[in-house]
Amino acid sequence: MIQNDMSRRRLLGLGLGLGAAASLTLAGCGGDDSASGPAAGNGGKEYTGPKVDLKLWNGFTGGDGEIFKTLVNQFNTEHKNIAVSVATYQWEDYYNKLPGAASSGNGPDIAVMHMDQLATFAARGVITELDDVAKNLELAEGDFAPTVWKGGLYNNKRYGIPLDMHPLGFYYNKTVMQKAGLDPNKPPTTKDDYVAALTELKKAGIQGFWVSPFQFTGGMTFYSLLNQWGATLFDADVAKATFNSDPAVEACTWLVDMIKQGFSPANVGQDADYLSFKSGKNAFTWNGIWQINDLKKSPEVQWGVAPLPQIGSKPAAWANSHNFTIVKQRANDANKVSGAKVFINWLSEHSLDWAKGGQVPARKAVREGAEFKALPEISSLAPELEYAAFPPAAPGLGEVMTTFYNSFNEAALGKKSPKQALDDGVAKANKQLEDNRKKYGS
Amino acid sequence: MADVIEVGAARGDAPPPAANAARRAASAGRTRRATPYLFLAPYLVLFGVFGLLPIILGLWLSVHQWDFQLPNRPFVGFDNYKQLFSSDSAVYGDWWQSIRATAIFTVLSVPLLVVVPLGLALLLNRSFPGRTFFRAIYFAPYVLGVAVIGLLWRFLLDANLGLVNRLLGAVGLPSDTPWVTNMPWAWISLVGVTVWWTSGFNAVIYLAGLQDISPELYEAARMDGANAWQRFRNVTLPGLRPVLLFVITTTVLASANMFGQSFLITQGTPGTETRTVVWFIVEEGLRNNNAGRAAAMSIVFALLLAVVSIANFRLFRYKED
Repeated sequence: MIQNDMSRRRLLGLGLGLGAAASLTLAGCGGDDSASGPAAGNGGKEYTGPKVDLKLWNGFTGGDGEIFKTLVNQFNTEHKNIAVSVATYQWEDYYNKLPGAASSGNGPDIAVMHMDQLATFAARGVITELDDVAKNLELAEGDFAPTVWKGGLYNNKRYGIPLDMHPLGFYYNKTVMQKAGLDPNKPPTTKDDYVAALTELKKAGIQGFWVSPFQFTGGMTFYSLLNQWGATLFDADVAKATFNSDPAVEACTWLVDMIKQGFSPANVGQDADYLSFKSGKNAFTWNGIWQINDLKKSPEVQWGVAPLPQIGSKPAAWANSHNFTIVKQRANDANKVSGAKVFINWLSEHSLDWAKGGQVPARKAVREGAEFKALPEISSLAPELEYAAFPPAAPGLGEVMTTFYNSFNEAALGKKSPKQALDDGVAKANKQLEDNRKKYGS
Repeated sequence: MADVIEVGAARGDAPPPAANAARRAASAGRTRRATPYLFLAPYLVLFGVFGLLPIILGLWLSVHQWDFQLPNRPFVGFDNYKQLFSSDSAVYGDWWQSIRATAIFTVLSVPLLVVVPLGLALLLNRSFPGRTFFRAIYFAPYVLGVAVIGLLWRFLLDANLGLVNRLLGAVGLPSDTPWVTNMPWAWISLVGVTVWWTSGFNAVIYLAGLQDISPELYEAARMDGANAWQRFRNVTLPGLRPVLLFVITTTVLASANMFGQSFLITQGTPGTETRTVVWFIVEEGLRNNNAGRAAAMSIVFALLLAVVSIANFRLFRYKED
């Protein structure tokens, strides 16, 4: 299945991290003079060498791409000896293109990357270590959700500096809720509330929770539920797939039963869950935080967003994170690496402007700050980061995740029972993990 | 000739006239032999660089575990091939699933893509008012890129929100057909969209072929009392044979290479049932970074297609006999 749909683009296109800005400014300035990187420079504090031209690649194809470029322009104005130019690609193309471009010497110096891609690109030698940057920025695990922080590590070395985080949120259409006599300001938060609300909606002739069979967003909804039921996709070492455990099957069954019970139509198409939500046919959709900006463009839609309801035994929500990475070059130019680190440092410090586009800041301090709390929709999703379920970091995991999402697709489309679909998926995922172990020697 | 000999003789150091002539003849012969190769050279260079070389590289890749980013690309012999045929490998299921999807699509789409454009061409070959307009209309979809038609039809065919089901419902037909997410509808949609999209191209080729058939043959057939069907059977079809061979061969290959339609419209669903071979090869080689295995798949697939094409040519040769 492909992932290049509109919402994916938007998703990918979003930069979250911003709020990190304010606190980074303080932390960054107090850096330790003795910190110096293995490659060059002093971990991003300053660059005094000859002028360097840096290329940066990202996948911010949405409105956030413009915000990003504005920030880069500001950086260029302030730094006479560093000139950063930005190129933007669709994420799908981006990840295919980057390795070839890097190894032929036409790649960027700085690349923005999802957390779950870091291990693959680190193992394949596309990106370089950044331990000194983290050290100089005085970034530490305590400042971030631990999974995000650890996600930047591969073989105990840091390859990514977290820029932002984007969880799945619970969107509710207030107009549709009112039609069914529900209180539009009290979105359901528990399993019983949720099913009761859906029952009321059904009585009013509304299928209130469209379950998409695709990764965006049904697959990510299942991913969240699986974690809510206390299951995991993989064991702790990402050596075996475990998404066919009993709780995982229960979670899948609950979601697929939404269709059987008539709370969702069958055969929901790509994006149909979201389009129907916007057009008032659907009451609830579990979608990425990146949709907040899109919904704000449609003032006729009365909507709200809240943390995901707790359906299983504990709260959990799918989430991912964008990271800055530095790309390995054929000709190692220490000045460029130094300049790149300065840029990453600077952008972290100035990311608050970007956060206003609609994201949960990666850093705790900013998340708890007043400026962030003044952004109602976005800050309402901040509590999710305490229990966000990020994809695990292991090289070559992309294809295994595709297998996971395809399994859910078969279950959601009624081709197989949830148990059968997940069993088959796990059998295949384990072979893929085995292949990856041989290939990457991990 | 005589002049040359005299000059050589006058200088006193020339070889005997006979030898000189022989050398010249040999040189002229060499030039003559080289001529065809010189004419072929531009193509040979292109074929070598973009045809032969990639094939050789593909063979080389296919016997290695190849990830161009990894320093270690071990030679694995026929392992990549064995994985395609042994049911306990990670790719076996997906690989044969993709072969099956491609075969289904080819078998369903080729007959329609051969017959429908032929019918269109026959109609458009008649003279009637607005003929040029209709020729343009039927060809029009073909000028659109696959991304355009893919997204367009995905939304039109959406089970719950699409225009197609809305219209069907309006005339009292079932309005919940899962056109792009379930069987057999997904195949019907993919084949239908492909016929709509590419028929114009084959029709234009047929039209050219039809216009090459001499009107006198129809005239003569009419004089002999042949009815429309007999004229079609005995004049049109034989006249179109080379065109037909071309159309069938290229259509089989095009259908076997289908990628964009299922990538965009059905996205492989349900599960991976509509994921085609070319798509799977791309995914394995470029997304999963297993270029060696992807190369082995390409080679096996190319051999399969070669067999089909040879059978196709055979079939037409027998007809000619």
